[in-house]
Amino acid sequence: MSNDVLFEIKDLEVSYGAIAAIKGISLKVHKGEIVAILGANGAGKTTTMRTISQLLKAKAGSIRFKEHELTNLPAHKIVKLGISHSPEGRRVFGILTVEENLTLGAFSQSKLDRKTLAWVYDLFPRLQERRKQLAGTLSGGEQQMLAIGRALMSNPEMVLLDEPSLGIAPILVKAIFKQIKEIAKSGVTVLLVEQNAKAALKLADRGYVLDVGKIALSGTSAELLASEKVQEAYLGKKN
Amino acid sequence: MDIFLQQLANGLTIGSMFALVALGYTMVYGVMRLINFAHGDMVAASAFVGLTIYTHVTGQATSLAAVVAIFLLSAVVMAVLGVVLERVAYRPLREAPRLSAVVSALGASLVIQNGIMLIWGPRMRIFPELVPQVYWDFGGVVISLIQVIILVLSLVLMIALYLFVEKTRIGAAIRASSIDQDAARLMGINVNSIIALIFIIGSSLGAVGGLFIGLYYRGITFNMGWQYGLYAFVAAIIGGIGNIPGAMLGGMLLGLFNAFIAGYVSSTWADAFTFILLIVILIIRPTGILGERVAEKV
Ligand SMILES: Nc1ncnc2c1ncn2[C@@H]1O[C@H](COP(=O)(O)OP(=O)(O)O)[C@@H](O)[C@H]1O
Ligand SMILES: [Mg+2]
Repeated sequence: MSNDVLFEIKDLEVSYGAIAAIKGISLKVHKGEIVAILGANGAGKTTTMRTISQLLKAKAGSIRFKEHELTNLPAHKIVKLGISHSPEGRRVFGILTVEENLTLGAFSQSKLDRKTLAWVYDLFPRLQERRKQLAGTLSGGEQQMLAIGRALMSNPEMVLLDEPSLGIAPILVKAIFKQIKEIAKSGVTVLLVEQNAKAALKLADRGYVLDVGKIALSGTSAELLASEKVQEAYLGKKN
Repeated sequence: MDIFLQQLANGLTIGSMFALVALGYTMVYGVMRLINFAHGDMVAASAFVGLTIYTHVTGQATSLAAVVAIFLLSAVVMAVLGVVLERVAYRPLREAPRLSAVVSALGASLVIQNGIMLIWGPRMRIFPELVPQVYWDFGGVVISLIQVIILVLSLVLMIALYLFVEKTRIGAAIRASSIDQDAARLMGINVNSIIALIFIIGSSLGAVGGLFIGLYYRGITFNMGWQYGLYAFVAAIIGGIGNIPGAMLGGMLLGLFNAFIAGYVSSTWADAFTFILLIVILIIRPTGILGERVAEKV
């Protein structure tokens, strides 16, 4: 198993000024896996994702992707290596059209790959219907589809998804999670952050539970779903 | 009617100069949310740089080739200075509170102004007559060759800029960076390079504006950047700061407004009326004419 490790974080520490947000976490992602990072609000999930993308700088530790050490790279170089990031809160370019957003997703590529665009439209047909519409006029769920689609446009090997279910109608959450499964099936490795632990673990192969900047628990999805700790903390006792 | 047409022509001329300068304010604001108060002084510096190039480089020639060379060289010099300005005065303060950058901008403005005074002296200098004094008289309405050149060249530059920003890949990266820098980085956009590019474009357009000011008004002084910079800044606000077509529109409107006040009221009142206009627009439309952004749904 160890020689197909695609991505590995070791002893990562991240601070905001004097306040430590990530206090030494380690995790691994194998090629082709869906790995979930779970945890309550404020646990440090988004901080971890932003540090992977180098929007935040690590205080200590290493982040390796294939043969590359990421911690000393500028943020704009990460996507070129094959990691793209659909950020928390979606962060679509609201005053640009859907298609302009998707085109920007391919900025790191030498040219726009029509096949990838067709695939994204296939995954999320609503985006195609609304491709001339300004992204800011889409519903929250549609914006989330756009954020994921935009992240796929660079043909990444691994995609970081930060809370794709946040503030979205349940029916759309279901649709989006189904398409995340499709994305993984197509060979893209997925690192997924969620507060919605049950939905995430149904989708993921493995998971890590983050608790105030430390990994409290890790295991396969089945193990985590069965664990009492997870049931108490995230699933509500009887669920 | 004569006054109207005459002031229309004059207004479009000064309006295009305001617009060229306003673009520098608005583009920097768009990406950095910073008012580059030094921009007006950069514009003034460009007129002096053009004067020196005319005297020492192109050998006081007024051939078309020499004039083109003066414009290109001045634009290059100002573009380089613009990049230096960003590196020295703004980049170190990117993460600092907003007020620090504003103070730094005011400081840079003073440094450039005093720099011009030290190099070229405190007295008014006369900008060379690079364009022959040709006038056309249309039944009382007089239009000069300089006015035509200023208007046409400004329009060409503005259309080129608009197409660049709207239609090219780098233009899309500029727009993305002005909406959300972190999201732009996630797309692989080097936001630092985009900011440098913004200073290059803004400063070279400002350079052309500065040369136009020299050509049109002839007298140039070390502190004139304050006045023209202020007009251009007001133009950018009127159009909606951060909005590129807004700066073009704002510049033209302000130029016309100024010319009509000068024509129908009095030129000594033009400044006061300009600020009344600014206040009225800010009350009616605080975001400027084109400054409305689509609200993002949560
Ligand atoms: N920009 C910031 N400045 C200071 N503290 C922050 C900032 N962003 C997040 N934090 C703190 O870091 C911790 C982890 O936050 P975050 O990574 O956003 O958690 P999660 O995504 O798991 O909800 C929280 O205590 C939060 O208050
Ligand atoms: Mg979060």
